[in-house]
Amino acid sequence: MLWAYTKKTAFYLLVLAIIFQAVFPFYYAILTSFKSGTSLFEVNYWPTMISWDNYVSVFRSGSFPQNLLNSIVVATLTVALSLLFAVTAAYALSRVRFRGRSLMLLTILSVSMFPQIAVLAGLFEVIRAFGLFNTIWGLIFSYTIFTLPFTVWVLTTFMRDLPIEIEEAAIVDGAKPWTIITRVFMPLMWPALVTTGLLAFIAAWNEFLFALTFTSSNSTRTVPVAIALLSGASQFEIPWGTIMAASVIVTVPLVALVLIFQRKIISGLTAGGVKG
Amino acid sequence: MTTEIRAPVLAPLAKPGKPIRSELFVSRTRTAMLFLLPMIIVLLVVAGWPLYRTIYFSFTNASLSNLGAAQFVGFKNYLGWVTLKSGKTFYSGVLADPAWWNAVWNTLRFAVISVSLETVFGMIVALVLNAEFQGRGIVRAAILIPWAIPTIVSAKMWSWMLNDQFGIINDLFLRLHLIDHKIAWTASADTAMTAVLVVDIWKTTPFMALLILAGLQMIPKDIYEATRIDGVGPIKTFFRVTLPLVRPALMVAVIFRLLDAMRIFDLIYVLTPNSAQTKTMSVIARENLIDFDKFAYGSAQSTLLFVLIAIMTIAYIWLGRVNLDGGDR
Repeated sequence: MLWAYTKKTAFYLLVLAIIFQAVFPFYYAILTSFKSGTSLFEVNYWPTMISWDNYVSVFRSGSFPQNLLNSIVVATLTVALSLLFAVTAAYALSRVRFRGRSLMLLTILSVSMFPQIAVLAGLFEVIRAFGLFNTIWGLIFSYTIFTLPFTVWVLTTFMRDLPIEIEEAAIVDGAKPWTIITRVFMPLMWPALVTTGLLAFIAAWNEFLFALTFTSSNSTRTVPVAIALLSGASQFEIPWGTIMAASVIVTVPLVALVLIFQRKIISGLTAGGVKG
Repeated sequence: MTTEIRAPVLAPLAKPGKPIRSELFVSRTRTAMLFLLPMIIVLLVVAGWPLYRTIYFSFTNASLSNLGAAQFVGFKNYLGWVTLKSGKTFYSGVLADPAWWNAVWNTLRFAVISVSLETVFGMIVALVLNAEFQGRGIVRAAILIPWAIPTIVSAKMWSWMLNDQFGIINDLFLRLHLIDHKIAWTASADTAMTAVLVVDIWKTTPFMALLILAGLQMIPKDIYEATRIDGVGPIKTFFRVTLPLVRPALMVAVIFRLLDAMRIFDLIYVLTPNSAQTKTMSVIARENLIDFDKFAYGSAQSTLLFVLIAIMTIAYIWLGRVNLDGGDR
C-alpha cells in the first residue's frame, strides 16, 4: 500500500517536473516583458508589476509593426504557394503509377533534408539575378525549398490512403483529373491541408538563416531577424524588456494555434516524420 | 466531411506486373506529368540549381561583390600547398584550416550529445504520456510549448535567463548553493557549449517525445498484460519488450534529429555569437560566405557539409526503410 502511494507520488512529481520545465521559460519571458525600469534587473519568481511600457516601446520605436506584417505576408504566401503546387503533385505521386515515381519521391525526401547552408551561396546569386534581394518575395521564393518537399510528402502519404472507389466512380462519370482533385479529393483533404499548412506556416514564421542573409534593411526584415538584431542605445545596453515583449508578441499567436490544433499537429508531425 | 479517414490497405490503381496500356492509362500518365511539372520547376530553381552553383563556386575564386568574374581554381579552396625553396611546405584551404576542423568537432559533439540526451528525455516524456492518468492532456499541451516557440525567441529567452548579472538561473543556483559565484554561461569558454545544449535539448525533446509516443502507441496492449501475468518487472519489460518494439520508430526519429542537429545555425548564432567553442559548420560557412567576403571558401565549407549530410541521408533512407512505393503502404 505504502509502496503504491510512493510510486504514485513519484510519478506525479515527474509529471510536475515535465510541465514546469516546459512552461517556465515562457512564463519568465512574459513576466519580464511586463517589468520596466530598474525592476527589470531584479530577479523575481512571481509577477510584481504590470507595466505596458515595453509593449508600447516595441510598437512605437523602429520597424517592428512592419516586421510583423512582413512575417505574416511571407508565411501566408509561402503556405498558399506550397499547398497549391503540392496538391497537384501529391495527386500525381499517390494516384498514378509512372516510371521514376520512386526516384522522384526519394529526391523530394532528400531535398527536405538539405542543409540550408548548402544552397545559400547559389540562392544568393539566383535571388540577386531575379532582383529579389532585400524583398519579401525573395524570402517567399526561397522558403519553398523546405515547405514544398514537406507538404508534397505529407499530402502524398495522406492521399494514397483515400479509398480508390470514389476516384473510380468519378472516372466512370467522366470527370477529368483536375475535377477529381478539386471536387472529389479537396473536400476529403481538408484535415490534411490544415495540418500541413499549419506546420509549413510555423516553419516559415520561424525561419532565420535565409531571412538574415537575403534582407538587409529594417523594413524588409521578418520578426525573427528583427528580434535577433534588436539593440539598445549602446552596444552594451541590451534592451531585454523590449526583446521579451517582442518575443511574447510573436510567440503567443503561435502557441495559441498549436494548442488549438494540437491533435492535428501531432498527427501531422508523426505522419510526415518531418520537422516543422 | 471533416472526419479523419482511415482506409484499409488499398490496391494500387494499375496493378504492377501487367501494365494496362489503355487510353485511360496513357492519358492519366500524361496528366500526372503535367501536374508534377510546377513542383519540379520550383524545386529545380530553388534547390537543384543553387546547389549546383554552390558546388561550382567552391571550385572558383568568386567573391561576394563580383560573382560573375569567378574563375576556376580547381581544388585550391579545399586543399592547396606551396613548397618554398627551403623545402618547407605550406598548406592552405578548408581541409588544412584548424578553424574548420574545430567547427566540425563542435558540430559532431553538439549533434551526438544533444540527440542522445533528447532521446533519453524524449523516451521518459513519451512513457509518461503513454500512461493513463488524469491531466495527460495538460502535459501534452505543455510540452508543445517549447516546440512552438521560434528558435530565435527561445535563444533570446534563455540568454536572458542565463544572463551573468541579472539571470534567474544564476540566482536560483546561488540560492540552492549549487554555485558560489555568478557564471557567464553563454560567454565563458567552459560553459558556452553547455548553454547551447541545454536550450536545444529543451526545445527539441518534445518533437522526439511525440515521435516515440507514436511508436509506443502502436505496441499492442495485450503484450504488457502477458508480461504482467508472467511476473516480469517493469524495468525488464522496458528493455526486453518496449525498447525492441519501439526501435524502428526510435531509429527514424534519432537519425532525423541527427541530420537536423548537424546543420544547426540559428540557435548558436544568437545565443553564443563569436564563441569558438560553439561555432558549427553552418555558422562558419555563413561567416565566410557573407561576413568575411570569402565566398568561394565558404562555398567549399557548405559543400563539405552537404556531402556529409548526404551520406547520412542515404544511411537514413537505407536504415529507415522508408516506403517509396507510393502505391500500397
